[in-house]
Amino acid sequence: MFVGVDLGSRAIKLAAWQGGQLVDFKIKESGFEPHRLVQEMIQEYEPCSVVATGYGRHLVKEYFAYEVITEIKAHSLGVHALLPEATTVVDIGGQDSKVISLGNRGQVVNFQMNDKCAAGTGRFLEIMATSLAYSLTEFGPAALASDREVQINSMCTVFAESEVISLKNRGIPRQHIARAVHASVADRILSMLNRVGYGATIAFSGGVANNPCIVEMVRRRLDNVHVIVPENPSIIGALGAAIEAGRA
Amino acid sequence: MDAETFEIKAYPEMWQELGMDVARFDKMRLMLGEIYGKTFLSQQNRPVRMAYFDQTIAEIHGGRIKELLAAKAAGRPVIGTFCVYIPEEVVLAAGGICVGLCGGSQGSIPDAEKILPRNICPMVKSAFGFKVGRVCPYIQVVDFVYGETTCDAKKKTWEILDTMVPTYVMEIPQMKNESDRTMWLHEVKEFKARIEELSGKEVTVDELTKAVRVMNDKRRALQRLNTLRHAKPTPISGKDVLLIEQIAFYDEPVRFAAEVNELCDELEQRITAGEAVPSKDAVRIMVAGVPMALPNWKLHHLVERAGAVIVNEESCIGTRYYKDLMAEDGQDMETILTDLTTRYMNIDCSCFTPNDERIDQVLKEFRESQADGIIHYSLQFCHTYNIEEIRIREACAREGIPYMFIESDYSPEDVGQIQTRVEAFLEQIRG
Repeated sequence: MFVGVDLGSRAIKLAAWQGGQLVDFKIKESGFEPHRLVQEMIQEYEPCSVVATGYGRHLVKEYFAYEVITEIKAHSLGVHALLPEATTVVDIGGQDSKVISLGNRGQVVNFQMNDKCAAGTGRFLEIMATSLAYSLTEFGPAALASDREVQINSMCTVFAESEVISLKNRGIPRQHIARAVHASVADRILSMLNRVGYGATIAFSGGVANNPCIVEMVRRRLDNVHVIVPENPSIIGALGAAIEAGRA
Repeated sequence: MDAETFEIKAYPEMWQELGMDVARFDKMRLMLGEIYGKTFLSQQNRPVRMAYFDQTIAEIHGGRIKELLAAKAAGRPVIGTFCVYIPEEVVLAAGGICVGLCGGSQGSIPDAEKILPRNICPMVKSAFGFKVGRVCPYIQVVDFVYGETTCDAKKKTWEILDTMVPTYVMEIPQMKNESDRTMWLHEVKEFKARIEELSGKEVTVDELTKAVRVMNDKRRALQRLNTLRHAKPTPISGKDVLLIEQIAFYDEPVRFAAEVNELCDELEQRITAGEAVPSKDAVRIMVAGVPMALPNWKLHHLVERAGAVIVNEESCIGTRYYKDLMAEDGQDMETILTDLTTRYMNIDCSCFTPNDERIDQVLKEFRESQADGIIHYSLQFCHTYNIEEIRIREACAREGIPYMFIESDYSPEDVGQIQTRVEAFLEQIRG
């Protein structure tokens, strides 16, 4: 058995890979001592080898001498294994967003990643959800149900939050504001897609792919492009790491 | 010297006399020493001859400052600059000393932001902040600063800097037409007249010819170093070469060239022996773009920590400073100044338009350095390099060269993201 762990900014994900199949996975909140949590999560498996990815990858490399790969390679491998037709990956995690262009073997050909600000990341959506008193699971469906276009112009988390507050104070119902927040993230993703270029099939991965409104809005912005989401998109990075463990 | 015990030497009395904020500067000194130890002295298998450059850093706030003070006491002018367009030959010929001023540290940026707008280039802010905070001995020592007009942030900052230290400005053309060459020659003559006025000494043909040779020798030594590091495997780390390129801006030029040549002798032996830094199969990266002023080692450190090696800097602190020599056989002042103008007009800074020669130069250096990929590095708000990046990117796509663009500043906040991007770029190259 091969195990991949993805130490993200918000959650730690584990995937177990055996005989060319995903056989098990786990998701836990990162907490304060991610390396200990990883150790606990791995305990029940008897992996031949472990590969780590995500923000905390170098920490576990230091503690347990695991091999490491970047999230970019991990998501590419994970997506390619489950959805080999995908030519482009959009991965939106807690604090990063990435667009990756894949070659025909699932290898990384080109990629773009957001810079140091939180614009267009899971963290951005979380802050906006909080300011509109939604839970994260309610946020996307509520926005999707709204039928009115309101505009949020700023991509900066700090400025966008004040725009949200001023919209609230103009009496605009919160589901419409929620829709505007989602539209601004979708626009950001589209601009990254345009920079990297994309093929006929785009796969979404990372925690934000669980948000139906973001996926739908990206889909509507693209003509003749197939936008697909794997089952359990948050574990794709861990899966890619597990596959890498199997290859090594 | 080792990483644990390395220390930048303290000269509190001298700093006091220079009007510096000694208590604060001393903290910066300790921090710089620690970073230097971790970044440079922890490297494995460094050339022995790097000892001189380590020593130069240990004495960065003392030894060289003493030399500058002694020169001033002897009536020689000491001039601070911020750009490779200022013709050092003229300063040397007048018996003066030219030093490139500090502008690569996050530490002085809050000082600058008390006065300057926040959203301008970090190099300009850092340099200006050193004067505001009185935390750079070099800017305290100089008789005056010679600025230029290579970007808007600089040229308007000089107006403010002039209220703290006398600041002259040389106009750099933005195109390379005949009229621009005429204007530039005129500016060079004005510069010479100003330097003569300040030093109280006329620059003679003999002295200028001698100074041209000194600068050519220094540039030849740096060219030799760059050619040797292009060997496969490379005998020296990218960090060490960047350091030498940075020291080139403030060290005594004759001594510096001799030390670089000594190091080159050692590198030749290493190449013959097949000694590699860091390993024979390390991915080779060429960096192109804006200058990395002392102590900006951020990108080099991240790339080399990830197991790759940097084999070329297409940058002002890099090849743009030393790729061009000038004619040494001019017999009269007019000819020498015209040759000098020609030499400096070959610099392919992105402040020029059009600037097609830089695209060709990047591709040429990529081939010569036997690199596997290019990282274009720009500072935030550096419009000319940030926009010219598009053309470099397109050229790399045409040539099939793996390419990545990084825009950053001196703050440590984006280290995590850059590290991920650098590692992913290396994965992409390794396939």
